[in-house]
Amino acid sequence: MANAKEKDSHVNSAFSSRKSKLLQQIVELDDLERSLINELQGDLPLVEKPFLAVADKIGSTEQEVIKCLQQLLDKGVITRFGPLFDISKGSGCFSLCALKVPESRISEVTEVVNSFTQVAHNYLRENEWNMWFVLACEDQKVLTETFDNILLQTQCRGINCPKEKEFFIGLYLPV
Amino acid sequence: MIDAYQQKQILNRLSKGLPLCEHPYAELAIDYGVDEAEIINFLKRSLANHTLKRIGAVVNHHKLGYSSNAMVVWNVPDNRVDDIGELLGSQSKVTLCYQRPRKLPDWPYNLFTMIHGKCRQQVLDYLELIVTQNNLQQFQPQALFSTKQYKQTGASYYG
Repeated sequence: MANAKEKDSHVNSAFSSRKSKLLQQIVELDDLERSLINELQGDLPLVEKPFLAVADKIGSTEQEVIKCLQQLLDKGVITRFGPLFDISKGSGCFSLCALKVPESRISEVTEVVNSFTQVAHNYLRENEWNMWFVLACEDQKVLTETFDNILLQTQCRGINCPKEKEFFIGLYLPV
Repeated sequence: MIDAYQQKQILNRLSKGLPLCEHPYAELAIDYGVDEAEIINFLKRSLANHTLKRIGAVVNHHKLGYSSNAMVVWNVPDNRVDDIGELLGSQSKVTLCYQRPRKLPDWPYNLFTMIHGKCRQQVLDYLELIVTQNNLQQFQPQALFSTKQYKQTGASYYG
């Protein structure tokens, strides 16, 4: 029952865009691709020939690993590859915000929210607080102004919930 | 030694990804007129002081078949946030655990976790296991399933 409902929410949404459909298409993977994805969700060894080190570990060759990695990037299975910096340690200010958007206004409000360049992610979630987005701004002042501006332009009720403490982050999705 | 200006240039270049070739750091070194070892040492220092989280891949979870994700929020008394935050963060199926401020009266929840799964039922099963094994029902977990992803840019990394 629950599964069917989820499927319907993808298929029937009146607001689906081509881009969001493409983002959600499942890709078939071969054995090398699976091993590489599992391996690279961890750490790439910081050595002169990192792809050789990975190839040795998963029983492949350096050239195969490089080629496969390029294919995974081209297919959008891997969206970024390389050093991942901790944004909270750099300059800039981030916050998770939510709006309470009436069902009939979702399309219109989405357009307004996504038009802000400071909006990094935007997800619809099943809750009365149904639109959740991350603001990425150069400082606290700009972030507060941007949030207020979004409330003003959308006329929706909103909450601004910056991270206070990180207990864990480590997305690992084995395939 | 890499100077501050070169560091900034190298970081900007790396934020676009690591070159896919046999000697990626040597390629960068040539571009910026420094030694391969200096680049590697700079990245080692960045890992050590945690400005660099890791070197690796970010995946599109939908394309891997993880089509369901829920942001699970919890209302935990302030004096228990640290214990419960550590406990939730250590669960194998929890991919993120942050404390965020309550926004009363609108929003009473102060711990935010993420759980990914291949379908909604799998996410609910993971959640139920976490709740029952650790006796967490009292913290009123709410699962907010995502129905649509409208925007995902690289802004959450470096730049």
